[in-house]
Amino acid sequence: MSLTVLIVDDSKLARMSVAKALGALYPDWKRIEAANAMEALEQTKQLAPEVALVDFNMPGKDGVTLAAELRALDPKMSIAVISANRQVEVIKRTQAAGAAFLPKPLTEGALADFLTATLKRRQPGSQ
Amino acid sequence: MSAALTLTELELDALTELVNLGVSSAATNLSELVREEVALSVPEVCIVTQDEAIGNLRERDAKRLVGIHQDFEGDIRGRALLIFPEAKSMELIRALVGAELSPDDIMELEQEALAETGNILLNACLSTIANSLQRNLRISLPEVIHGDGADFFRHSNAEERVLFIYINFAVKHRDIQGFLAMILDLPSLVMLQKLIDAYIERSTGHVG
Repeated sequence: MSLTVLIVDDSKLARMSVAKALGALYPDWKRIEAANAMEALEQTKQLAPEVALVDFNMPGKDGVTLAAELRALDPKMSIAVISANRQVEVIKRTQAAGAAFLPKPLTEGALADFLTATLKRRQPGSQ
Repeated sequence: MSAALTLTELELDALTELVNLGVSSAATNLSELVREEVALSVPEVCIVTQDEAIGNLRERDAKRLVGIHQDFEGDIRGRALLIFPEAKSMELIRALVGAELSPDDIMELEQEALAETGNILLNACLSTIANSLQRNLRISLPEVIHGDGADFFRHSNAEERVLFIYINFAVKHRDIQGFLAMILDLPSLVMLQKLIDAYIERSTGHVG
């Protein structure tokens, strides 16, 4: 199964870094990028990615708010919020928005676990 | 400014991201100490004279400030500061040690509690940055200073340019706001640029 992954981060470096980890795991998957929440919502409407990897601390709308809005656009989307800010409140809000929390800097291992769970969930016959 | 002292857009981006990592881990520690969520702004990075940096601090808060600073040296050198309005320092200590203390007890604890809080937050920030750059930084003991922006730069030359980075923070449900600032001596910038390029390469697989 080849999926499309939306990477959202105001830092170009951070987007490149996530793209590198993703490219190492699933080189065939399509990667699209957005530098802020508005771009992310636009890209989602146009390209319907199955997975979104969203930075938490961005100017304007933060990653958790964006995650909730992406969830409203596509209830089946797999969303992870990525942050070095591992505060209990941030993690709780992330989970309440129906997203996974992945610590930054993102490791290939953490991303692999999240994507394996995503693939399992999307397999025919699973819920 | 000579051309050698200019960072590319991607290098600035990487530096901001690096500071973001450092401050986020400091905020995580602060939130554990005060048991409240700590909100952060996005870091701002600029190259200014020390005078301009002082002016910037004054603009943020004209009142008397309390600052805890730690100097660091190694491949890069500079000063990390945790700054908030003096009026909020009691509120911070109350959040840290509990509301049941008398004002006298709080007064007595103030210096020590501020130094220790600064120590935890600034070390969290600096060690995250040092580890990301794969470099060791020697970090001095914390020192608490009461004064205005100028007092935090006392030891150096007003015309000298520095790399100035700052991030606002606020403790939710408590009347505590302040900011974390980092001042990097410019002679370090050439080395910093090399370290950042190596960091970009490690993070992205591309040569920066």
